[in-house]
Amino acid sequence: MVTMNQLNTKARNTWCPGCGNFAILTALKKAIVELDLKPENVVVVTGIGCHGKLGDYINVNSFHVIHGRVLPVASAIKLANYELTVIGHAGDGDAYAIGLGHLPHAARRNVDIVYIVHNNMTFGLTTGQVTPTTPRGLKTRSTPYGVFEDPINPIALALACDATFVARGFAGDLNHLTYLIKEAIKHRGFAFIDVLQPCVTFYNTYQFFRERTYRLEDEGWDPTNKVEAFKKAYEWGDRIPIGIFYRVEKPTFRDSIPGYPKQPLVKEDLKIDLTDLLNLLT
Amino acid sequence: MDISIIIGGEAGAGVMRSGYILARALVRGGLSVFGMNDYPSLIRGGHNAYMIHASDKRIHAHRENFDIVVALNAETITRYVDQLTENAAIIYDPKDRSYAEKLSDKALLVEIPMMDIVKEEKAKPVMMNSVAIGAAAGLTEYDYEILKSSILDSFPKPEVGEINARLAKRGYDIALEEYSSKFKIKVAPLEKDGKQIYLTGNEAVALGAMQAGMKFYAAYPMTPASPILHFLALHGPKYGIVVVQPESEIAAINMVIGAAYAGVRAMTATSGGGFSLMTEALGLAAMSETPIVVAIAQRVGPSTGMPTYTAQTDLMFVLNASQGEFPRFVIAPGDVKECFYRTIEAFNLAEKFQVPAIILIDKYLAESHMSTEIFDTSNIKIDRGELITGEYKGKEYRRYEVTETGVSPRAIPSTRNAIVKANSSEHTEYGYASSNALNAVKMQEKRFRKLKYMIMEMDKLNPAIYYGDPQAELVLIGWGSIKCPVLDALEILKSMDISVGFLHFIYLSPFPVKYALKYLKDRKIMLVENTYTGQLANLLKMHTGLTVDYKVLRYDGRPINPSQIVEKVFEVIR
Repeated sequence: MVTMNQLNTKARNTWCPGCGNFAILTALKKAIVELDLKPENVVVVTGIGCHGKLGDYINVNSFHVIHGRVLPVASAIKLANYELTVIGHAGDGDAYAIGLGHLPHAARRNVDIVYIVHNNMTFGLTTGQVTPTTPRGLKTRSTPYGVFEDPINPIALALACDATFVARGFAGDLNHLTYLIKEAIKHRGFAFIDVLQPCVTFYNTYQFFRERTYRLEDEGWDPTNKVEAFKKAYEWGDRIPIGIFYRVEKPTFRDSIPGYPKQPLVKEDLKIDLTDLLNLLT
Repeated sequence: MDISIIIGGEAGAGVMRSGYILARALVRGGLSVFGMNDYPSLIRGGHNAYMIHASDKRIHAHRENFDIVVALNAETITRYVDQLTENAAIIYDPKDRSYAEKLSDKALLVEIPMMDIVKEEKAKPVMMNSVAIGAAAGLTEYDYEILKSSILDSFPKPEVGEINARLAKRGYDIALEEYSSKFKIKVAPLEKDGKQIYLTGNEAVALGAMQAGMKFYAAYPMTPASPILHFLALHGPKYGIVVVQPESEIAAINMVIGAAYAGVRAMTATSGGGFSLMTEALGLAAMSETPIVVAIAQRVGPSTGMPTYTAQTDLMFVLNASQGEFPRFVIAPGDVKECFYRTIEAFNLAEKFQVPAIILIDKYLAESHMSTEIFDTSNIKIDRGELITGEYKGKEYRRYEVTETGVSPRAIPSTRNAIVKANSSEHTEYGYASSNALNAVKMQEKRFRKLKYMIMEMDKLNPAIYYGDPQAELVLIGWGSIKCPVLDALEILKSMDISVGFLHFIYLSPFPVKYALKYLKDRKIMLVENTYTGQLANLLKMHTGLTVDYKVLRYDGRPINPSQIVEKVFEVIR
């Protein structure tokens, strides 16, 4: 069984002290340990931004890809070898700006992967510009007179995309986040977690979210009702819910693909006999 | 015997299908056949045509003039007036007689009551095309039974095949009895060993990918590459191949990269516009050293351009696509046979060197049908390079281990005793991000050290092939599908006792410098290319210092005709 220490790497961590990414990384490691996953059977796919370095800091397979393209890369890794646990990590820029177009499709296909969005509501690595989740009115380097667009609602969005597991976590609540990631990994299908992640340098929201977040699980929330989940998704004020808003079992993408072989693609023999097909062309 | 037939009609009249069926009948008779479509980017209402060039000698391209015009509508009768040969015939329905009569001095008028026959046989109006191709076969006294076999095998439902065969027989009989004595060209099946197949470049690329062991294909529809998607979606599942049409070309190539990282041979295909969207991810494949194959079927640009017409204008774009510097293979097969075997080669090279490999074709090759001997699949080699599966036996696995050849042993996720860290950022041997200057030099040199070995490997694979007179003073050069019209032009020139050479470039990256120097030094060089600027000339000069003396260029979306090349050679020799 792998230990937390064995999941460390030699790479020097360059996140700011107090960065919300630390909690997400720790929660992920704890989930891997507690679920007793083998590091060689886990793949982490990360996008561009501060979160993108996460792969360097965890001793599992990783692929640091280009901006916004975590979902197609992660989806295909899972299709190629469904015995792997595939976890996509994206920033709010990755997930909700440049790469938003992939979300509805990964969700409606119900690809059996986990998608964790490190939502710090700012572009940290490019030194603090507006993102699609930055609150209206906030002054950022690219909106010096205040943000003049409404932010999107990631939970409502994921629900509308028919994701089969929709959750929100908070980087200030490590135990709860670990629980969410474990449930997401166990979920057979597309598991979406939006993580409220303070950026200590450009948008420190620890205090704000500590005062407002509460766990859905503590209030006996029933995550099987989609309409109620939608209503819940719009609760954003003095009280901000975290937890599993909605989950449902559906066939996964692989279940639906015609002719998917009886074993992972990666184990298939490359040699095939084309004689019959060539004869069709005579 | 050499014959050229054009079947024309409204979009939706089954022009391509009936043309294909007639051509397939000729292929089954052992003839050498080239079939080309011409259609605008719309579904109904435009003019469609399918051209068949067939011969008892080996041919490689279309012919720009026609011995038989099969007119499924009035427009077809008049449209090709300037392209009729001396002894041409026009097959038409009596309803279009007034158009045909004006051409009585230019062609034999073969009036076939196609619509009446369709009514009598209680068939659908669209099936008049079967009467028409039957008439074309009858006019040339071709063997009806072969045509019948082609018809029956081309319709999935046997009863539909039967009706069409009956309709074809009616047209056949009338043409044979009433007109064939007045038509000079007779087509007879040949006694030939071995089976021929009749397929497009797209189909050959798809088959090559399947034979290479590709297990994952993702592509977004784009003319003229979509038929690869159609072919693989239809046939792939029977062979354990997963075929996905994702939300964009960006998703397609990123999926292919993901699948390849996980250890599966994977490919995507597109045209120039789609490839524009893929360029960023091409760099990801290069930087992460993930072996992928991308097939590109060029069409006329810039932008939307003319989607259903041909061009070779994306050469420089493909050679330079994506930011930064990295080695890549760009391979341009020249016919369907090369499409098949070179695609297999591309998969092997991509994995052996862990670089992107691009198959570069164009609409002319992608969508034209060619007859060829059935592919020999008994000797296909699959070389996965330094792939590690199962267990890594070394001490501490490093995905980007610096080696003499620049190629690092490639483990895949799930390999025991190996953690595989791939990275789009510049990275250390372990795959951790790094912007250290010394490390950057080390890794960039590692990636480029492959180039020397890529060239050595390429030089063993006939990257450029010389045709024609080895001593010729004038050597034509071209790449990709240009091989088709040039080889036919060479035959025409040979019959006139004019000897020229032809150096066909199949590899454009790496550039086959040795071959270029060997065959082109101290010769007059004539470039043949479907572009405005003559891109291969620039490439040749850049790599060898050699300059092109003459150019045959075409940029109207139509393929270069063999006769166009012959004329230019005449002009130069004079």
